[in-house]
Amino acid sequence: MRYSLLNVIVNGLTGNRYTGPAWRDASPKPQYDVVIVGGGGHGLATAYYLAKEHGIRNVAVVEKGWIGSGNAGRNTTIFRSNYLLPGNEPFYEWSMKLWEGLEQELNYNVMVSQRGIVNLIHSDAQRDAYVRRGNAMRLAGADSELLDRAQVRALAPYLDFDNARFPIKGGLLQARAGTARHDAVVWGYARGADQLGVDIVQNCEVTGFLRDASGAVTGVETARGTIRAKKVALAVAGSSSRLAEKLDLRLPIESFVMQAFVSEAIKPLAPGVLTFGAGHFYISQSDKGGLVFGGDLDGYNSYAQRGNLPVIEDVMEGGMAVMPLLGRLRLLRQWAGLCDMSMDGSPIIDIGPLPNLYLNAAWNYGGFKATPASGWCFAHTIARDEAHPLSAAYRIDRFRTGHLIDEKGVGAQPNLH
Amino acid sequence: MQIACPYCGARDAQEFAYLGDATLQRPDTSAADAQNAFHDYVYLRDNPAGAHQEFWIHSAGCRRWLRVSRHMTTHKITATQFVCDAEVAS
Repeated sequence: MRYSLLNVIVNGLTGNRYTGPAWRDASPKPQYDVVIVGGGGHGLATAYYLAKEHGIRNVAVVEKGWIGSGNAGRNTTIFRSNYLLPGNEPFYEWSMKLWEGLEQELNYNVMVSQRGIVNLIHSDAQRDAYVRRGNAMRLAGADSELLDRAQVRALAPYLDFDNARFPIKGGLLQARAGTARHDAVVWGYARGADQLGVDIVQNCEVTGFLRDASGAVTGVETARGTIRAKKVALAVAGSSSRLAEKLDLRLPIESFVMQAFVSEAIKPLAPGVLTFGAGHFYISQSDKGGLVFGGDLDGYNSYAQRGNLPVIEDVMEGGMAVMPLLGRLRLLRQWAGLCDMSMDGSPIIDIGPLPNLYLNAAWNYGGFKATPASGWCFAHTIARDEAHPLSAAYRIDRFRTGHLIDEKGVGAQPNLH
Repeated sequence: MQIACPYCGARDAQEFAYLGDATLQRPDTSAADAQNAFHDYVYLRDNPAGAHQEFWIHSAGCRRWLRVSRHMTTHKITATQFVCDAEVAS
């Protein structure tokens, strides 16, 4: 069914009798052209673009739990393209363009809201760094605007502008950045892929892989039986090492947890996304009114999917330093997601490292914004057996050749990215 | 999370700084395949979802390096020893 205003009116007047499930809860067939492991945003977007752009429709997405139950449901829903390095910025800008047309593309309300992001500036040196970043963004076709103190004050007058240690001296604005409804992104891609013939198989954990004598991957063993496939694609960021272990692979990844927080709902306050430049703290406001915020990783390897108290305290201190009114709000919820932290802080989209295997991993703590472009480029990689020009820098062999994309420049120390 | 420092006793994990995987062995720089071996040493990790051997330093305490066995899904610590003792033992 195509969603439209007429459709809403007709269904509203007739008791919603003609609405059905948005996608089929499929049972696995014995064989597919492509099996995508991981029913999150990236896996479903990959399936959608494989079917839509490359005509490969005999595809299954297999998911351990229900779709969107991993990091797609644990992020802070921000998309932006304010990166510095040439390996990153064009990719994220393409993702931004896909976000801008996503609702029309999917015929689904993913609640894209381009409310802007402001990275706050607290020192002259930081202003220089953000001027450079803003220029790099413009070179890649993105938008950026340097704000002075008065312009930031007009946007968010309640910030602590005259903080003794970290006075606010301005900001770097990307007006096209914003937020989207994370679950709707998953559902929209699932519905789009399903309509093009993709099977979405839930409660189907991959327990092992089929390999032939040459070592090539020929399928997956799952909780719902054996599925053979000409190509197997992994899109399980957060758990990539766990599946790689079943293939006797070691990846340049360590797993960490990242926490996020929501306050009680209040009237509209935050104009868009605000980031504290002197600590690690970022905040936006959901359409329900809750302030959504987060900060640093918990600093040691973990698969626990729950956070620890010291980082909660650290995030709250960052928030209070930049936005003292937060102290009057109650914290409503807190949760944590698993992050594949790569050794340079940048993702991996690649063919291999085994025959018939394709790898989409290492999204660190920034995978949500990349969802459309990740699917777009990964689908291209799977369909054509070549890297997409926008994700060409994300090859896994960059660690061997030295072509690292170290946006933060801290070296092979994933807990510091 | 608390870590039982053999010198200071059980202390909050906030007093410690984290380095990472303690099972990696620095390769021989003069070996013929040193370039490959160093790639593996610097970048590749087992990253298990179970027991993990890792280095911590008690930076706000006795400032000694520790080798800690911790479970990655429960955070339960099963062994803590000074790195110097661990290396004598192995």
